[in-house]
Amino acid sequence: MPAVILKERQASITRGGAGSGAGSGAGGGGCGLGGAAGTGQGQPSGAGIACEQASVAGSVSQRACVFCGARVVLNPITDAFHIVHGPIGCASYTWDIRGSMSSSGELYRHSFSTDMGETDVVFGGERKLARAIDEAVAAHHPPLIFVYATCIAGVIGDDVAAVCKAAEQRHQIRCIPVQAPGFSGHKAIGYRLAGDALMRLFGGQACPREKAHGINFLGDFNLAGEQWIIRNYLKELGIEVLTGITGDSRYETLMRAPQAALNIVQCAGSMHNLARRMHDELGIPWISVSFYGVEDTADSLLRLAEAYGGAQAAARARALCHRERERLAPVLKRYRRRLGGRRAAIYVGGGFKAISLIRQFRELGMETVMVGTQTGRPEDYEVIRSIVSPDCVVLDDANPAELERFMIEGGADILVGGVKERPLAYKLGVAFCDHNHERKHPLAGFVGVQNFAEEINASMNSPVWSYV
Amino acid sequence: MLDATPRDKVYERTALVSNPCKTCQPVGALYAALGVHKTMPHSHGSQGCAAFHRMFLTRHFKEPAMASTSAFTEGASVFGGGANLKTAVRNVFDVYDADMIAVHTTCLSETIGDDLHAFISDMDIPDGKRVIYANTPSYVGSHITGFSSMAAAFIDHLAEKSGKPSGKLVVVPGYVNPGDVRELKDYLGEFGIKYTMLPDVSDVMDSPMTGTFELFPKGGTPIEEVVATGDAAYLLALGSWASAACANALKRKHDVDNRVLDTPIGVAATDEWVMALSKFASSPVPAAIEVQRGQLIDCMLDVHQYLDGKRVAIAGDPDIVIGLTAFALECGLVPAYVITGTPGGGFEERITALLEQYNLVDKCWVKSEADYFELHQRIIQQPVDLLLGPSLFKQIAKAEDIPLVRAGFPIIDRYVHPYQPIVGYRGALRLLEAMSNAILDRQDRDCNDEDLEFVM
Repeated sequence: MPAVILKERQASITRGGAGSGAGSGAGGGGCGLGGAAGTGQGQPSGAGIACEQASVAGSVSQRACVFCGARVVLNPITDAFHIVHGPIGCASYTWDIRGSMSSSGELYRHSFSTDMGETDVVFGGERKLARAIDEAVAAHHPPLIFVYATCIAGVIGDDVAAVCKAAEQRHQIRCIPVQAPGFSGHKAIGYRLAGDALMRLFGGQACPREKAHGINFLGDFNLAGEQWIIRNYLKELGIEVLTGITGDSRYETLMRAPQAALNIVQCAGSMHNLARRMHDELGIPWISVSFYGVEDTADSLLRLAEAYGGAQAAARARALCHRERERLAPVLKRYRRRLGGRRAAIYVGGGFKAISLIRQFRELGMETVMVGTQTGRPEDYEVIRSIVSPDCVVLDDANPAELERFMIEGGADILVGGVKERPLAYKLGVAFCDHNHERKHPLAGFVGVQNFAEEINASMNSPVWSYV
Repeated sequence: MLDATPRDKVYERTALVSNPCKTCQPVGALYAALGVHKTMPHSHGSQGCAAFHRMFLTRHFKEPAMASTSAFTEGASVFGGGANLKTAVRNVFDVYDADMIAVHTTCLSETIGDDLHAFISDMDIPDGKRVIYANTPSYVGSHITGFSSMAAAFIDHLAEKSGKPSGKLVVVPGYVNPGDVRELKDYLGEFGIKYTMLPDVSDVMDSPMTGTFELFPKGGTPIEEVVATGDAAYLLALGSWASAACANALKRKHDVDNRVLDTPIGVAATDEWVMALSKFASSPVPAAIEVQRGQLIDCMLDVHQYLDGKRVAIAGDPDIVIGLTAFALECGLVPAYVITGTPGGGFEERITALLEQYNLVDKCWVKSEADYFELHQRIIQQPVDLLLGPSLFKQIAKAEDIPLVRAGFPIIDRYVHPYQPIVGYRGALRLLEAMSNAILDRQDRDCNDEDLEFVM
């Protein structure tokens, strides 16, 4: 029996073809989406899909909360102390949550919490938080502390900002509150809060203001060391990266961020707001990039070189891209033979990655039959719908039943997703590639193209499938 | 690895928890609810809670873990989550066709004072469907408390007495793996006992590959069997932290007598379990079980010279840690550090009583409400030969170059383990093999070439 699609969910499910249909667009009559689509809550403006909304109550959402969004963005700051102010769960679930790698410290791979108990809930947790900060400073002397207030800290009225301010004065370090109760929106709101926390850091006394050569790399989290690969390309172009934001960053590197001449923004979903604020308040222009897939990587390097490095950098970029394309051509040809004509489904966190993945599958001769994101923005969906085929299902904040239905309908051979999607795919007899925190190899840059092809080939053509 | 841990001394902390050895109640309640057939666990809180819990369980079991959420918004947290729950219940029945929804609360819904009883009483629940709930405030206890509360809620909300005794034994297995539940069922089968396993996560979190995705896999205690527990003859609860509340609930509600045993890990605890079954069945211990016990003791003797006196650190959930500590002692290991993150319940006294039997009380540091950071600091001061516990030990294992044998929850960096038991004689045999392999592998790795032994 095909899964039932909730009425409230219908506006968040559409198909390829930009601008088609007013607000709903769910095409094929047989799929049962067309009828009531458009009656759902909160019609989007023009993009044809309802997104950036709260999940429907009763859904098995694959989507995380505001706290999670803030934590995943800030967590890769390697020498910061991340204290979760709330009951223990939120700290336990985010202990070393990402595969973001560090070239120096490891403090970020710990999990710290005030572990609020019943008495704290009744009498307030401010004093415990202050003590926790003191204990952290005594044992670790961190230069920077983030305090994440989770669901109930605000509800019981803890003044986390005041505790942090007092701690800054007491210890002469930066202690930045991140008010991230899970109920205050969805994961993308958490991304914005993380950006605001960073702006607060940049606004401190210690930040130099004079401009320097170099750029900031926003929206890369150095998963599996991906940022190091891109940094090497940029080095070859003669472009210095002052800091990743936040991949492999430290307090010291972040403090140089306001001096940058340019921001490059990869994961726009998580970093759009920060990029805009850095532009408006610090005068740093930004360009969007994506280092996934041959085309997007080459395009990003060339645009960056032209925007920032001048003619010499552009020439180097062209040479680099030519060299890498040549190197990759036989590899891609080999994999196209093995993968061409097969079908892919994509369910990832944000829009930029989905867009790059669609193109990347096309480079391998594969068609995308379903694409969804947890927190894509209307403009992302507009691009997605314009580059997929009209039969491709496009959906926002999907649940497992919907993923199952559209993967089966589309005849997907592989799903690209995150931790919760992996076993679902396997149960359906569909191969899988983790393009999230648990990715096994770097998937960025030209090297990543090869790794990606190898990984999806290994999963799709595993001998185990013959026994299913 | 873990370079941030100060090596000079142990820093005392009273407010800051570092690298926790527990997580919050709701995930335990969710896990328990997965053990009842066609039941949708429902998280009454922010949507992130359900996402985290599902991720947590999926990382351990490598299986999908279903749960719906009330998806609290700012409005719900001010005006209460009643409307969200109502919508959620309607949607879960409409879309997922569950037979029952098992709601658990969260820190948020508890703090704002949502009255689940009132909400659910006011709902129109379709005929033949059920909605039950457990209060699981995240700021009390741990995931084990949540598991225990949901297991008790099944009884509180569902158990009925028809007046016709079923003669059945109810077994509450505790917070264990599907492989453990299967092992316990094997024992019950050997004795020919009619039983109800509650909850029963086998065939749910270890379901086979069939090419189709079952939202509700074939396993789980049938709801009508949960209802019928009021007619049961007796109840055996395994592990007092996870299972005693369920036993007490059935005693209170329908006067079904019970006994709370330790989780049957190791020889003595398994003996207790076997004798309890023998008594219930009024029959001698089946030969097949005698053989398993004999094989275990045989192997323990074979390998004892390599384990004797080796120092081990043990961490995890209280019922499991008590079992692991007991078995370590039976093998001649010296528990040097034994911790759990879960508060209360007399954990330290229980471990101390075990150590007393071997005159090792002064050799061991025991603590409940402890965390891995403090444990690491103490291991730095006085090292051990072996770590026994969940994957959360991994960083310490790497930092201090100590072999780790994985047991308990969560194990998120290895495969197959949820299908295998650590309970019963065969479970102990498996632990024995893992522990002795770890120590012998280490000896082979570290010894000089001239000391390498072919035969060990």
